[in-house]
Amino acid sequence: MDAKTAILARAREAISRSQQGRPVREVPRNYIRVGADAPGSEPVVADMVEKLEDYSATVVRAPKDAAILDAIDELLGDARSVVVPAGLPQEYKDAAARSGRTVHEDSRQEPIPTLELDRIEAVLTCSRVGISISGTICLDGEPDQGRRAISLVPDKHVVVLERETIMPTVPQAVDVLGQHPTRPTTWIAGGSATSDIELVRVNGVHGPRNLGVVIAH
Amino acid sequence: MTQTFLGMPAASPEEQPHTGGWRTNVEVPQDTLRWGHTFPEGAHKTLANTQMRRNLGHATRTIRNKRQLRVDEMPDWEDLREAAEAVKFEVASRLPELLEQFEANVTANGGIVHWARDAAEANRIVADIIKSKGVDDVVKVKSMATQETNLNEYLADEGITAHETDLAEMIVQLADDMPSHIVVPAIHRNRSEVRGIFLDRMGDAPEDLSDKPEELAGAARAHLRKKFLHAKVAVSGTNMGIAETGTVSIFESEGNGRMCLTLPDTLITLMGIEKLVPRYQDAEIFTQLLPRSATGERMNPYTSMWTGVTPGDGPQEFHLILMDNGRTKVLTDPIGRQALACIRCGSCMNICPVYQHTGGHAYGSVYPGPIGSILTPQLTQGLDDDDPVHTLPFASSLCGACAEVCPVKIDIPTILIHLRARSVDVKRRLVPDMWDVAMNVTAPVMSNGKAWLAATEGVKATRLIGKDGRIGALPFPASLWTRSRDLPIAPKESLRHWWKRTHPEGITPSRTATDAVDAAQPDVTEENR
Repeated sequence: MDAKTAILARAREAISRSQQGRPVREVPRNYIRVGADAPGSEPVVADMVEKLEDYSATVVRAPKDAAILDAIDELLGDARSVVVPAGLPQEYKDAAARSGRTVHEDSRQEPIPTLELDRIEAVLTCSRVGISISGTICLDGEPDQGRRAISLVPDKHVVVLERETIMPTVPQAVDVLGQHPTRPTTWIAGGSATSDIELVRVNGVHGPRNLGVVIAH
Repeated sequence: MTQTFLGMPAASPEEQPHTGGWRTNVEVPQDTLRWGHTFPEGAHKTLANTQMRRNLGHATRTIRNKRQLRVDEMPDWEDLREAAEAVKFEVASRLPELLEQFEANVTANGGIVHWARDAAEANRIVADIIKSKGVDDVVKVKSMATQETNLNEYLADEGITAHETDLAEMIVQLADDMPSHIVVPAIHRNRSEVRGIFLDRMGDAPEDLSDKPEELAGAARAHLRKKFLHAKVAVSGTNMGIAETGTVSIFESEGNGRMCLTLPDTLITLMGIEKLVPRYQDAEIFTQLLPRSATGERMNPYTSMWTGVTPGDGPQEFHLILMDNGRTKVLTDPIGRQALACIRCGSCMNICPVYQHTGGHAYGSVYPGPIGSILTPQLTQGLDDDDPVHTLPFASSLCGACAEVCPVKIDIPTILIHLRARSVDVKRRLVPDMWDVAMNVTAPVMSNGKAWLAATEGVKATRLIGKDGRIGALPFPASLWTRSRDLPIAPKESLRHWWKRTHPEGITPSRTATDAVDAAQPDVTEENR
């Protein structure tokens, strides 16, 4: 008997002894699925900013197109080189190239080798959805967000979060991600951190140590 | 066979500088679920380690407070727990069909699924895949499943080095130590010990390394960076698999997980068969419960979810190993099977007064604390009197705090009692142990006032042997108690003597005395006094 057959047989036998007629009931979803405030509304955005800042992220709210581009430039700061996903809006790429920065494009078709990526100081991406209750930003690997490696290896990650994609609750965000569940998703809540030594939170271990967020209207 | 001295003695761990005073008190066991000692034996050793108890006390207090803060923010916490419990009951009830659905979806998305009946089979599959890639060096994400199979040791015997990349797990590995907690495995170490371990064992640690957590984390970053960038194969566990879509997930903080999950060409994930949820939507429950319970954060810094292989992004070869290793045995028990709902958040151990004092190593299993006390004996089926793990269900005061904090509502106290009963049933066939003898001997004395008075007189003699108000080790059979606890020395005067001295009118409580009690405790009524 192969391992699969054996394990499934054991499981069926076990359940026949332990179930004892107990029915599988529908999962009670009485928890809060939809927030009181609309996605992207002022209280939701304010909550998102507060939670992100609690994770030591730097947040800039940018109401207009020009302000968004300025915010990108500001958050990229003194980084000399930036990687961007090929599908990033052109004006964002142009903003990344301000202040004399070198911009490298990356895509699944033409990926930058990892060792080269390691020499790039910052990354600029878009995002799929935000969650204000936990200050989480979700990327789903689409062309404006890029391969998972680019938002990981450089030390600084600047991410553009469209205001209307900020959901108040986790279930509302999972509804959005669940439309394409097989895309590789990365949920980010602040920069890389550890609490492994005496449970003291230390920002910055292996992932980007700096997270900058532009909340774009 | 005699040993010839070659003039170059190999540096043993004892000869290292021991910067920070770290030392490792446990050996890596062959069977990581059953280290071969009973809980009282393990506790006897760990209780003597005052440094560890200090480290642990500080850490568990910190994390308990953080968890409470983050749970109190959630008005729907109890509803989330209810939902999680129902999801996990469904998983246990429908496990075979969900596993087949999961396998089909992983495969449909380009993953390769393997099945492993036990730890040995799982380890062999992992080793074979690594060897087929022609490498002898892999990076690893912290994983309880691979702790359970003792994968690192197995791979070492096969000539493969597995580098743990989680900071705490790396500390444990460098120190030839064992983990003592399922979320923060190096919780028993303080910063100066970590500095010592890095200086002694890391090789490329800067000599002027301080004991600041920031600097220590920075040293780990520099040490591991090269390994991440060059690794061809990574090994991980998983926090949750989704049957409906074939999606697998890792919840982590440092980014070491993402490094392993995305940079190498090949990813091997070992998953216990109970780690499933039926629907993608169920992720909305566990992504809320797990981080708040585990680390007291609203969300852990990084959560990765992937389904099979994504062309052009991440590993282009993904192997998933579905492992039983005793889980179907746990599933056989109508009450005990609830333990399979565990999402490995560790909140039960952080709140457990027994764990807080003995530490994780006392439990003799990589699953310590309350959940370990119910999971380990069921996974190993070690409830016989001669099996060291049979003592685990007794390693609890049954205070119930673990059940209150459990995000999936596992009724740990009930399962503890259930397993104790199973253990006693096994034991009935054997001779009574020292406890039974001792209780039978004391019963006549305790039920007779005069005899008890005489006996308590004898106890006063303990004042002669006590130091610092405590009595340490006593000879057998009293050692059954004192080997893992200090005994407070007896007071100068017994209650009966005190009562006689302060109530010369007789031993019947006087009206004035009871009035005073009533005034202090207005809810004490005549009936229950």
